[in-house]
Amino acid sequence: MLENPYVFKIQRYSIHDGPGIRTTLFFQGCPLSCHWCHNPESQKKSLQTDAEDMDRVAADLMEEIERDLIFYDESGGGVTFSGGEPLCQPKLLFKLLDLCRKKEIHTCLDTSGYTDVKILLKAAEKVDLILYDIKLIDETAHQEYTGESGCLVLDNLKQLSNQRANIRLRFPLIPQMTDTDENIGRIMVFLKENTIYRDIHILPLHKAGEAKYNFLNMKNHMEDIQPPSKERVLNVKEQFESRGFGVAIGG
Amino acid sequence: MNSRIKSLRKKTRQKEVTVSHERAELVTAFFKTYVSMDESIPVQRALCLKHVLENKKIFIDDNELIVGERGPEPKAVPTYPEICLHSLEDLEILNSRPKVPYKVSEETKAIYKEKIIPFWKGKTIREKIFAAMEDQWIDSFNAGIFTEFQEQRSPGHTAGGELIYQKGFNDLKTDIGHCLGNINFFEDKEALEKQEILKSFDIAADALIAFAERHADELEHMAKDETDSKRKAELENMACVCRRVPARKPETFHEALQYYWFLHVGVITELNPWDAYNPGRFDQNLYPFYKKDIESGILTREEAKEMLCCFWIKFHNHPAPPKVGVTARESNTYVDFCLINLGGVTKDNQDGVNELTYLTLDVIEEMRLLQPSSMIQVSRKNPDRFIRRALKIIATGFGQPSVFNTDAIIQEMILHGKSVEDARKAGASGCVEAGVFGKECYILTGYFNLPKIFEITLYNGWDPRTEKQIGLKTGDPISFEIFDNFFDAYKKQLEHFVNIKIRGNNIIEQINARYMPVPLLSLVTEDCIKNAKDYNQGGARYNTSYIQGVGMGTITDCFSSLKYNVYDKQHISMKTMMEALEKDFEGNDILIHRLDQTPKYGNDDDYADEILKTVFKVFHGLVTKRPNAKGGVFRINLLSTTCHVYFGEITGALPDGRKKGVPVSEGISPVQGADRCGPTAVLKSVAKIDHLKTGGTLLNQKFLPDLFKEKKELQALVHLIRSYFKMDGHHVQFNVVAEETLRDAQKHPENHQDLIVRVAGYSDYFVDLTLALQEEIILRTAHTNF
Repeated sequence: MLENPYVFKIQRYSIHDGPGIRTTLFFQGCPLSCHWCHNPESQKKSLQTDAEDMDRVAADLMEEIERDLIFYDESGGGVTFSGGEPLCQPKLLFKLLDLCRKKEIHTCLDTSGYTDVKILLKAAEKVDLILYDIKLIDETAHQEYTGESGCLVLDNLKQLSNQRANIRLRFPLIPQMTDTDENIGRIMVFLKENTIYRDIHILPLHKAGEAKYNFLNMKNHMEDIQPPSKERVLNVKEQFESRGFGVAIGG
Repeated sequence: MNSRIKSLRKKTRQKEVTVSHERAELVTAFFKTYVSMDESIPVQRALCLKHVLENKKIFIDDNELIVGERGPEPKAVPTYPEICLHSLEDLEILNSRPKVPYKVSEETKAIYKEKIIPFWKGKTIREKIFAAMEDQWIDSFNAGIFTEFQEQRSPGHTAGGELIYQKGFNDLKTDIGHCLGNINFFEDKEALEKQEILKSFDIAADALIAFAERHADELEHMAKDETDSKRKAELENMACVCRRVPARKPETFHEALQYYWFLHVGVITELNPWDAYNPGRFDQNLYPFYKKDIESGILTREEAKEMLCCFWIKFHNHPAPPKVGVTARESNTYVDFCLINLGGVTKDNQDGVNELTYLTLDVIEEMRLLQPSSMIQVSRKNPDRFIRRALKIIATGFGQPSVFNTDAIIQEMILHGKSVEDARKAGASGCVEAGVFGKECYILTGYFNLPKIFEITLYNGWDPRTEKQIGLKTGDPISFEIFDNFFDAYKKQLEHFVNIKIRGNNIIEQINARYMPVPLLSLVTEDCIKNAKDYNQGGARYNTSYIQGVGMGTITDCFSSLKYNVYDKQHISMKTMMEALEKDFEGNDILIHRLDQTPKYGNDDDYADEILKTVFKVFHGLVTKRPNAKGGVFRINLLSTTCHVYFGEITGALPDGRKKGVPVSEGISPVQGADRCGPTAVLKSVAKIDHLKTGGTLLNQKFLPDLFKEKKELQALVHLIRSYFKMDGHHVQFNVVAEETLRDAQKHPENHQDLIVRVAGYSDYFVDLTLALQEEIILRTAHTNF
């Protein structure tokens, strides 16, 4: 299988990262370090693609992406760029987005939104659907649980929304962290104030990535935290719905 | 499930499986005392069937709605001494083995000892077959190069078409009369033989009618004594049904089911043909009756469902005939492989999914019985909700129904030279084998061990296990300078063994044609009457003989490993490889690790998959279209049932890193655990086989229950299946189970008596499987949620 320092994993038959059957490319490197991250290996800083390497790497990745064309066509799927934070490597990402558009492959960008707004807006022009994480409104909590300020994330979301980008909001539901009535209430207020009336996809915490923390010798903040109960997930869904938002559970 | 069905279901599940001597005793008495040796063999066989059906015990269970048992009671399994004679030791093994036992009473043993064995010893088909085989065949058979299907059971697939829903046996007797009248005794040199064959058909028709009449008599008798007025009315109605069918064409849903069931029991009493007698395109055949009865108000949906449940119980009452020796090892199960076909296209090529299709799926889900097996045929024309409905049943983790590609089956049949009209009536029976139901004699002849021939090639034609030179001397592989030298040697060995197998098959087909005609089966298989020829003589419209290739995954990975490690990358020399194989990789973990890194089949990697294509092409080319003994041709299928375990046991260490004795890959699935890129990569690899050139391929996929959870997951699976079928994949089946569950079942079988898993082409209770098979299933890659 192909190996390069920019994309640390390619997952075929991804069915929770956008519509249909997808291939997800996980980019190396992320500016955040969310406590619930299930790809902690991606947090390490990535190498920037050098110009020379770019065409070869992009061609290799396209070959992998195109392998499952028949499944994309059948299911309305495509490719999802995830990570890590794909916008950490804008050159490679833009190149791939351009190639996919040329080949009529549906693209999703799974982003934290923590990036230079110019890069984000440029990506929005090239991509078919943005999966945008909305985690925490409270600045202190954002700092604590993701390692960085949340202002940029929220500002960027406003800008994207103004530009009428195709966005799907994703809300990771993490007990004790994002899953508080206060946070949920504030998210709804924020979205309303800024007239961001998008459907919200609730992503309940899952523990699939946990073993990696041990393996990487990293601190696992989730050790004692269990996924939210079914009842709680439905309750959160109802809270959003009662305020008029469309809600789905899962990707 | 109402109380009637609950109690019948409980009864059939709890009832112990026993060996019945009833049939053996009747058949022995018939040939010893009653038969006139002046009669021709076909007539003798028909009279024998008549004798059995006129004298066997009639069993009618409390509250059942469909009647007819092969044995004197449910799950009492007869034997077929004229085909394969069980020795007293065989009976003892059947009686006492811990898994899949068949209990044998002292009375049965005594009757076997005194009457059955003395009479049949030396006269069986099994003995005739082994006596007729040349030494090369025997050596190859003993080495485990191939198995032989006809050594214990009569040829099949046997599967019913639409004929019986259009004609009663009296109509068929009229047809026979016309054909008898048309025999040309002036010019046709086979005239006398044809006359005898037609006479045998006519006797067989009378035999089954008489069997039904005996049931009618008994039912009327029971009705007289019945005090419950509701049951009394049922018994009277059932008696009327048995008076009408099979003599006359069925008019109602009830009659159609009962007609089929009498025929089913008749065919599996006449002899023990492979895969029992398949009811064919179940929903297509039965829907007109269902619709008519519902519309005229004589049947409700609930009544139809209850009748179907009763029908299901009849299949479950009939475990497979007990096998012995190698055949027992290749398929040791109570399942007799009747495969209910649902969906697909109608005769006029429209969406065939109807109300009865969904009703039958409800029955499959509620009954949750090992028998009958079930499958859905999926055509482009069928709606997604039909597939989702089936997936919801699969999600419950019992391996049924399996999923077939109608559009591929139709193309396969047309490529075989069948008419478009007949191709649309085709389906799959047994595990995955495609045929035109009711019009084709398509027999399986034996599994063929592709990896073992690789081993024989490594040893220059020598089999290390039986210590015999059974193959050709194609050269010491250490002397081969390029990969192609090795591949050419393999091709020569393969051709050598294919020739041995085909020569043997043609003799065996002639033995069955001469000594073991099947008049009843012939009567209902088109065009046997018209041709005045028995099913076993080539009387059917189409006649195909199959050799089933086993171990496509293992053989591909073996070639890939040699090519990659020895020739392309030159990591190790052939000599070192041979030494490691001879020592079964003992103490050579580094080499095993290296072999593990070799390109492997199942990962959408062309390095391996190109080899797969070449192996397929060679095997296909050596077998396909060679003439069989019935005027038809040979073709290949790719499936293994459980034979990959037996074939693994007798095969030494191989260059893909597989150790001696470990099962080879099953069906066309990748080597257990070798596929690491998810289900889409597996499907793409597997689709590189030219499925349309086969008569069936078997792909197993194991998924963790997470991937069958919600509508989104199910819809993704629908797309996965549709994509595979776009690529002309023939079939896929799913195991939805977590490894922990299987491990726990090994440790605490008492807690998992009900755990059903997909084996290969059928489902079985996990705790009933051999340890080797349990391990093999656990080792298969499980696709997980991400």
